[in-house]
Amino acid sequence: MPSGDNAFMTALQLIVGLDQTLVGIVLLSLQVSLGAVAIAAVLGLPLGAAIALWRFPGRGLLITLLNAFMGLPPVVAGLMVYLMLSRAGPLGSFGLLFTPTAMVIAQCLLVLPIIAALCRQVVEDLWQEYEEQLRSLGTSRGRAIPTLLWDGRFSLLTAVLAGFGRASAEVGAVLIVGGNIDGVTRVMTTAIALETSRGDLPLALGLGIVLMLLVALVNGAAYLVGESARRRAG
Amino acid sequence: MNDLHRQPGMLALELEGLGFRHRDQVLLRDVNLRLPSGSRTIILGPNGAGKSLLMRLCHGLLQPTWGRVRWAGSDIQRAEAARLRQAMVFQRPVLLRRSALANIEYALSLRGLGRRARRARAIEALEHFGLGHLAARAARVLSGGEQQRLALARAWALEPEILFLDEPTSALDPAATKAVEDAVMDFHRNGTQIVMTTHDLGQAHRLAEQVVFLFQGSVLEHTPVEGFFSRPVSRQAQAFLAGELVW
Repeated sequence: MPSGDNAFMTALQLIVGLDQTLVGIVLLSLQVSLGAVAIAAVLGLPLGAAIALWRFPGRGLLITLLNAFMGLPPVVAGLMVYLMLSRAGPLGSFGLLFTPTAMVIAQCLLVLPIIAALCRQVVEDLWQEYEEQLRSLGTSRGRAIPTLLWDGRFSLLTAVLAGFGRASAEVGAVLIVGGNIDGVTRVMTTAIALETSRGDLPLALGLGIVLMLLVALVNGAAYLVGESARRRAG
Repeated sequence: MNDLHRQPGMLALELEGLGFRHRDQVLLRDVNLRLPSGSRTIILGPNGAGKSLLMRLCHGLLQPTWGRVRWAGSDIQRAEAARLRQAMVFQRPVLLRRSALANIEYALSLRGLGRRARRARAIEALEHFGLGHLAARAARVLSGGEQQRLALARAWALEPEILFLDEPTSALDPAATKAVEDAVMDFHRNGTQIVMTTHDLGQAHRLAEQVVFLFQGSVLEHTPVEGFFSRPVSRQAQAFLAGELVW
């Protein structure tokens, strides 16, 4: 069994040498997590804004549920999607279990409540400030949704990044619905768990380093874009 | 601009038995007023008299507990379309996080104007208020005075038949205040009816044709401006003009 130092050196060689297995796993991870965040943002941002703007019976319950689901354990989300997609499940006929699509669905389920709940808070605060002016101008509530989402774009970027953080860090959901099949559904987190338990520390460590770098890169890029835009827009 | 064909009298703002209650507190009671089209009305009164509340009711932003606001022959509370022919400028301007030009274009898009017409009218409004060189600047980074002028330019572009202003100069320096006062007179010359609140008595004297004096939610006086400042009838208005605190 390699020592920690050796494992670290081998890991760096894998990264620098663009090891095929490693690159494949990294690309699939990005595809799944970014896909899930994109879908969750498209659904979650308008949903959060709508909950912020409309008053309806059961609204408090919905907000509580949304907030509670921010802490949904990934394995439970995975289990729920597994039950839906398994052969005997209601969506079993689509044959999605153990595919990247299933993994996107599971991560989407994890990310959506985070984006929607944070978005609701952002938009509700903005609406407090804007309501009279927008209503005076003749903005309907429906029309106010894109307006407020655009005006809250800097805060909402943070909400989306929080969602990406959760998606890229979780292992339970993708493991259950993806199955960690080599070359098909193996992503960084599931691979790290597997390789560590198998004793292949270099690959696990290499993946861990890449994962952290990628998360830092995405957040750094978002921060730079957000800050320069914020300076221009005030 | 503002060459809308109007029938004087038809567009008068009429408040009938207007009242407003929040929880157990009656904040406005039995207000009966008729403010003719094209007039300049300043609402005066101590803090908490209900001036801002009265304007929000007139503009349809709040629902009255009692009575109604009639304007242009319709009940303002039930006619969203009527509000599109009005505009309001607030104490603290609320501007969107986009360019000065885009802020005006946004308001115009809600009136269903096409892209070209929006751009042309927005530029015209900015230039009218001396903001042409700031068109591409983000609205939120403008100075307080510029922001308020932008809010006025936005209202101008909408060609409102009635303009409500809620203490529009209370946070501005003398130069910016003068710019706002000039703008108000500009609106008036174009036939827009003005309804405004202020705490600045000099400003009220300069801008008003008629004064509505509110005290603890009731209208105590509604008189031409000269009469109000030289011969206030109510004890409260006399005390208010003398700068004595009235309760």
